[in-house]
This record gives sequence, C-alpha cells and structure tokens, in this order.
Amino acid sequence: MRALHRKLFRDLATLKGQIAAIVVVLAAGVMTLIVFATTLDSLRETKTCFYQEYRLADVFVDLLRAPDAVGERLWEIPGVNQVETRVRAAIRLEVDGFPDPVRGHLLSMPEGREPEVNRLYLREGRWPVPGRSDEVVVSEAFAQAHRLRAGDRLRVIIRGSLEDLAITGTALGPEFVYQVGPTDLLPDYERYAILWMNHRALASAYAMDGAFNNVVLTLQAGVAAGPVKERLDQILARYGGTGAYDRTDQLSHRFLSEELDQLRVMATILPAIFLGVAAFLLHVLMGRIIRTQRGQVAVLKAFGYRNSEIGLHYGLLTGWIVWIGSVVGILVGAWAADAMAGLYLEYYRFPELRFRLQPRVILLAVAVAGGSAALGVWGAVRSAVRLPPAEAMRPAPPTRFRRGWLERSGMGQRLLGQPTRIILRNLSRYPLKASLSVLGIGLSGALLVVGHYQFNAVDRMIDIQYRLVLRMDLHLTFIETTSERAAGELRHLPGAVFVEAYRAVPVRLVNGPREYQTEILGTDARSRLRGLMDDRMRPVTLPPAGLFLTQFLAGDLRLKVGDEVEVEILEGHRRTLMVPLVGTVDEPIGVSAYMERRALNRLMREGPAISGVWLLIDRGQERELFERLWEKPQVAGIGLIGDAEENIREYMGDTILVFMGILLFLAGSIAVAVGYNHARITLAERTRELATLRVLGFTRGEVAWVLLGEIAFLTVLALPVGWLIGTLFALLLNRALAMDMFRIPFIMTPETYAFAAAGVMAASALAALLMVGRLQQLDMVSALKTTE
Amino acid sequence: MRTRQGRLAESGPRREVVFETRGLTKVYVMGEVTIYALRGVDLVLRSGELVVILGPSGCGKSTLLNILGGLDRATEGEVRYRGRELSRAGERELTDYRRHHVGFVFQFYNMIPSLTARENVAIVTDIVRDPLSPDEALELVGLRARADHFPSQLSGGEQQRVAIARAIAKRPSVLLCDEPTGALDSKTSVRVLEAIAQINETLGTTTALITHNEVIGDMADRIIRMRDGRVWREYTPERRRRPRELTW
Repeated sequence: MRALHRKLFRDLATLKGQIAAIVVVLAAGVMTLIVFATTLDSLRETKTCFYQEYRLADVFVDLLRAPDAVGERLWEIPGVNQVETRVRAAIRLEVDGFPDPVRGHLLSMPEGREPEVNRLYLREGRWPVPGRSDEVVVSEAFAQAHRLRAGDRLRVIIRGSLEDLAITGTALGPEFVYQVGPTDLLPDYERYAILWMNHRALASAYAMDGAFNNVVLTLQAGVAAGPVKERLDQILARYGGTGAYDRTDQLSHRFLSEELDQLRVMATILPAIFLGVAAFLLHVLMGRIIRTQRGQVAVLKAFGYRNSEIGLHYGLLTGWIVWIGSVVGILVGAWAADAMAGLYLEYYRFPELRFRLQPRVILLAVAVAGGSAALGVWGAVRSAVRLPPAEAMRPAPPTRFRRGWLERSGMGQRLLGQPTRIILRNLSRYPLKASLSVLGIGLSGALLVVGHYQFNAVDRMIDIQYRLVLRMDLHLTFIETTSERAAGELRHLPGAVFVEAYRAVPVRLVNGPREYQTEILGTDARSRLRGLMDDRMRPVTLPPAGLFLTQFLAGDLRLKVGDEVEVEILEGHRRTLMVPLVGTVDEPIGVSAYMERRALNRLMREGPAISGVWLLIDRGQERELFERLWEKPQVAGIGLIGDAEENIREYMGDTILVFMGILLFLAGSIAVAVGYNHARITLAERTRELATLRVLGFTRGEVAWVLLGEIAFLTVLALPVGWLIGTLFALLLNRALAMDMFRIPFIMTPETYAFAAAGVMAASALAALLMVGRLQQLDMVSALKTTE
Repeated sequence: MRTRQGRLAESGPRREVVFETRGLTKVYVMGEVTIYALRGVDLVLRSGELVVILGPSGCGKSTLLNILGGLDRATEGEVRYRGRELSRAGERELTDYRRHHVGFVFQFYNMIPSLTARENVAIVTDIVRDPLSPDEALELVGLRARADHFPSQLSGGEQQRVAIARAIAKRPSVLLCDEPTGALDSKTSVRVLEAIAQINETLGTTTALITHNEVIGDMADRIIRMRDGRVWREYTPERRRRPRELTW
C-alpha cells in the first residue's frame, strides 16, 4: 500500500493549514494537562523528597518551659522514633539600610551535631562553631531578600537585649518551606526571618538554661499521631504545653498542602475542560476533513480496497496529526511546567526542584487526544464506507429539502436579498451541522471566558480584603497578653491617628470528627478597622456573647447558626468550652472565628486584656512612629497592611494569574484555529455551489457574502452559547478552588463577556479574511468540472 | 418482463458467459420520490466481447453498470459473474470481486488529486495479485512520459487514459466504462476509445462501455439499447469500426 501511504503524506502537506489549526487545538489541550499535572507532580515529588531526607517532624508542640530531664522522658512514649527538644524565641531584628520593622524566630540547634528531626539544608557557608554564642545561620529567603552573606552581621533583640551576631551561612528547613510569619498569609522575606543558633548560647540568652520550650518528634512507621499527642500533652501540661499538633496543623505544611490541593483541583478541572473542548473540536474537525474526501473513499472502495484498509489509512492520518499535536503540547507543556514550578519555588523554598514529567500523564494526554480524534474520524469514515461506492461517488445528496418557515412566511422574499436567503436556507436545512459549528465556536469562546474571569475576580477579591476587611494601616502584636492600657498609651504616639485594640486566642474548633485550628479574634462590637460583613456585604455587629465564623469554615465544620461549637483553648490554662455559633461572616481571604472582645475576655476569665492593636496612621510621621514603636519592648511585631496587599497581589500575579495567562493564550489559539478551520472547510464544501452562483451572474461581493455571512451569522449565534458554557465552566472552577487560604468571589463582569466575544469575533474575522483571498482565486470552470 | 425485442444478432462464436442477469430491478427512494432505475433487465455478456450500452440519460445504464461491477446492489433479480451469484454476495465478497476482477473507468476520471499518474495506477497495483507494473500500464495508454505528473497537470483526455491504465493494470477480466468520453471533446474521445479497444483486443478483456453517443456504438461487437430501465434492443453493428474511423 505504498501509493496509499504517499497519499497520506501528500494529504498532510496539502491540508497543512487545517492540520496546523487542529494541531494547535490538540496541543493546547495536551499542554493544559501537562502544565498542571507536571507542576503538581514536580512540587509533590520535591516536597516528599525534602520531607524525607530532612526528616520533617510528625508531631510538634510548644510549651512555656520544661527542664531538659523532661525531654528524656519523651523518648519513652510508645511509637516515638526521634525527639529533639529546642528553644524557640520570638525576636526582632535590625538590618542595615532597611528602615522597616523586621521580626522573626530564632531556633536552637544541637551543639556540634546535626539535629535528628527537622534537619537543615546548608545552602552556603558553615554551621556555627560549637560553643560560639555569637554565630547564626539565617534562612536563605531572608538572606537573599537583604543580600546577606556569610560574614555579615545582624543586630537581634532577644528578650529585650540587643545581641550583635555574625552570619556563618544560609539554610533551608522542611518546617519552613512556606516561610510565613505566624499571623501572615504570605511570606514577607524582608520582614520575617528564621535564624538558627547553638543551643547553649540561645538558652542562656533566652533564660532557658537547662530547659526547652519546643519539641519536635518523628514517629515510628505506621504509628498514629493521636495517642502520642495525648501522651505528650499529659506530660507537658504542667510545663505550659499548648497542645501537640501534627503536620496537618503545622503552618508551612498546611499552606503547602493547601497549595497542592488547589493545584490538584486546577490540574483536574482545567485540563478536563480544555482537553474535553479540544476533543470535541477534534472530533468535528477531523470528521469534516474526512467528509470532504468522501469521493476518494468511494474510488478506493470501487478499486477493491477493504473498509479496514481505508479505516487504517485515515487512522494513520489522524495518528500523525495526534502525534504532531501531542509532541508540540508535551514539549511546550513541559517547558511551561518547569517555568511554573520555578515560580512556585519563590514562595515554597526547597533546596532544589525535582522536575518530573510522568509517563502516565503523557499517556493520558495522548490517549484522550488520540481517542477523540479517532472517534471523529471513525464516525466520518464509517459513514463514508457504509455507502455503496456508486452512491458515494456522487456528491452527498441534499436528501430531503422542505420549504422552511422562511419561505412559507414569505417574509424572507420581501426583506432579504437572495444571498442572505441562501445563507438562512443552508443553515435551516443542515441544523445539526450548523449547531455543531455554533457549539465549536461557542466552546472556544467559553475557554476565553474561563481564562479571563479570574483576572477581574482576583482583583475584586483583593479589593474586598484590603478596602472592606482590613482597613488598618498597621497591625501590632504584643509579646504577651497585655492590659488595655497599652492601647491607650499608643494613642499618644506621633502619627497614630486611630487605635483599636483586639484580643486573639489560639483555639481548636471541634464538631464531631471535624476540627480546625485557628484563632478567635475579639474585636469591638462594630469594629472600625477590621470589617466583618455578611454574605450581602452588610456590616455585622458582634453580639455580647456567642461566636461568629467565616462562612467557609462553618460549612467545612458542618456547623449551622444555633449549633454549639466545641472550643479548645490553646493558650494558658487549656480548657474546652461549648460556645454557640450565632452568625457567619463572608470574607474572601483566610478563615477565622470572631467574638466581641469583652465577651472573649469573659470566656478567658480575664480582665480587659488585649493581644495587639490596629492603627490608622499619618503617613507623614511614619518613620518617627516606627522608631517609637521599636523602643517598646512589649511589641513583638509590626505588620504593614499596605505591604501585605502588595505581596498578595504579587503572589496572585505570579501563580494563579500566570496559569490563567497561559490558559488565555491557549484559549485564544483555539479560537483562531476553530475559526480558521470552520471557514476553510465551509469553503471546501461550498466551492462548487459558490462557483455556480458566480456562473449564474452573482457578483464577487454577493458570493463572498454567502460564505462570510454564514460564518458571521454562526459566530454571532455562538457568542451567547460561549458565554453560557464559559460561565458554567468558571462556576465549576470557582467552587472547586474555594479553600481555607482564599475564596475567589464568583464575579462575572461585562468585560469578561465582551473580551470573549471580541476574541471569538476577531478570530472569525481573521479566518474570514484569509478566505476572501481564496474566494478571489475561485476558478469557476474548474470548480464546476470536479465532482467533489 | 422480458424485452428482448431486437435480438437481431448474436455475437460471433459461442464464448464463455461472463455476466448473466435475470429480472434485474433497482428502486431508489430519494426523499419522497421513488425512482425505478431498472425494471427487469435480462442480458448476457460473453468473454472477450466489447459491448456498448446506449441510451438517453436516466435510462438506467449507469445503475446497470454499477450493479455489474459490484458497486451497488439490485433491489430484485439476479446477477451472475462466471456462474457466481453476485446479488447474494456479502460486502467482503463484493470487495474481493472488485479488487481482483473488475476495472472501472468513470466519466469524471476520479483521480486521487494528491497522487501522480504513476501513483494513481500504483494505488491499484499495490493491492492485487500479479498486476502490470504502473509504467507498463501507462505505456499501454501512451502516457509513460507523463507518469510523474499530478492530475492537475494533465488534460481531461490524459486523465481519462490514466484512469484506463489504472483500470487495466490489475489485468481485470472485465472492464466497465461509464461514459468514459462524456467530459471530453471528440478528438480526445477517439484517443481514449482507441485505448479501450486496444486493451480489449490485446488482453481480451471483456468490456462494457456506457454512452449516450450513438456513433460510439459502431466500435462494439454488440450494442445494447436501453430505455426506461429496460433493455430495448440488442444488435450487432453492420460493420465494426476502429475508433479512429468514428466522427461526430
């Protein structure tokens, strides 16, 4: 069958325009899967390796102070593998040339040996020399943010006393993959640092000689964390233990898991949408290409080619197209995935990225692409070989023509010219073909909607958070719970325009098997600086008793207003209370619990205590205010809300919006490819009819209108279809992406619809323009001579 | 209904029967219209014969040829090819029959546009036992020199001769030509008919040729006239002429 193979390659060459368009559609579908799945796989693999090699702890616990002898007893808990007791100190830092407040944590490391749990990866420099009390290793991200190198010096305030320390190296740890301050959502490497220091030096500086205030331990294989945590809590209760927690509640791990969950959702839904749409388009496009070869199929049959041989021929044609499309999709996808994973490394700090392109992902992508193309081809080939060759050699007959409503009403004759009536007649007589075209073009529009809507929605989400929820300029946290008087003192500082105090209590909320570790934020009943809103964006007033939850969290814990919530207090004297849920608030970023501040104080059986304050400030006096705040020893950290907003916009821009940008690009390519192919095939199917019209005396313009008018008409019909399907896709994505960290509001703006419409129309117009050139070359005589 | 009115002549010596049809009927339902293309055709074609089937358009000639060639099935009646019942053959059997026994020439050439003349012949020689080589076949129709041209680079007559080369390259036992000169001028037509006549004589291929051009009948061993889906007359022309002697 050498001649038939030759036909295959000649067909590929002849149909290159159409095939290129199909390849674009296919490659886009394959690429979506590869990008998301590979980014996800690479990050997962990277995480697993880092956790394993550097022995991330299974259980963590903070306490006030326990003597080293207690640490020895922890080894005896059944199921425990390795234990490290550490000193963990909240610190403030000064970096030369950086005026903003910087806070951080200083952790002890065993003297002269590597820790057994939560080991460190030394990126640069060396470990502190055993016995030295003025040497530290700093986290790589912080060092990079300030261009710090081994040999540079830092001033650190530990328990109110200033220490001058030398940096010996930079390191990464598995418990700080996501290096975020305790109350932050996003890393701020300039303003939050992690440092490691020799145990004895830190213990003496932090008044922890012969004692520890932090435990990390690993479990033996197959041991459940629950009983170990219980035993730990029993042993450490009298030393001020705040409750052992496992990885699920470890800050860095929690963020990383959530990010991976989100990526997993995207890696499922977006490729499903894109590959599904690509599959449908491929089905339609390949089917139409085969139909234009109906006559050739008939000739081959007449010569005695078997149906299987003809099927194989078109199967191979499809195979080549799928192969080319897949290779392009896989290569570009892998490249993009590598770049994407690299972007993630900005936020999730690993020693190195383990890039992994999984064969099963490739197989899946190729199988879906190949399967859908084969399905389209199979249908068309089957209908072509089913006909007796004698019949197939005649042009496909317009079997049953009836007078449509247009003719019957007589309205068409009066209002529309002949060419327009031809268009409408064609569409009404091939309703299935017209609907498939409308659906195909509509789907490309739907992808544009999906790719675009998040840009507006993310903007809107950040606007809500920083205009309506977080209305303060500055967020101060105190080292420990303080009297309300501290807030009063701050009011007199220069530049402090308005001060509002809050109380924050770390808690675990429990409802049956569901639990969530967060904090209860106690604010004024109608806070000025911390907006709380209901689901219709109306301000909420906190009642003098009872708990409010973020709606998403209430849903997650399966709680309704009126239910009693089990609240485990993780501060001071640990108690468990039942508190009624009296309402929910709607907020796009983070989840939390809220109470009126004094009600929370009563719950804690304390006076009017506060944990920190929010301030509105006079920007002109910012520097002076910072200096004065810096002098106050009870201030643990100063957060600038403006910086946080900038951070989150940057983060969104780097991650979600880059993904969406890629999708938008792919959606645009698909729109152009679909428009082009539709126009090209319409022309191929209609050449004879158009040439006949020219022969009958129709002008070039009229003939062009018959073709382009049809394309325009179908495109316009496709717009609402695309909007509708796109909105459904977006809704699906939106619901699936809602997580603790943020919930992008489902907002479809007119711009998104306009953008999708403009994209589809531009693609169709471009395609139509290309067709005009071909119409000019329409050779009436030769077009009429050929039967197909 | 048997209509063997003009049994004016019987062709030469008794030769083997290649085709025999009885009561062949074909009905098309096209939308809401029912068309009777054949209304009971009885005929016999013998080995080595060159038969011209004449008749106005719509009389059922092409339908008859398509059924003889296994391209289509009769609604009723029987067709036998060398004693084998074609009307009851399955799809696979018909495909094999077309593949190994029948050569087709169509009015509109039906070239595969993406293949050269040689490749258009090879598309057939690739799948049969003991064919002529594509070049030999092209030689027979005088187009050896144009073997590497694509259909779009050939004139209508040349394309039709390639089609003939393609049809005979498998050394078929029957050659069925449906209006092979329908799209050609008279001078070109004569060259095409010469090629067909020559194949018939040199290879002894049983040939059935459909035309509505009365003059072409003169090159036949026997003429079958059709009208309204029936065989109207069968006769032998007074003098069999070479195609080059024909003019119209």
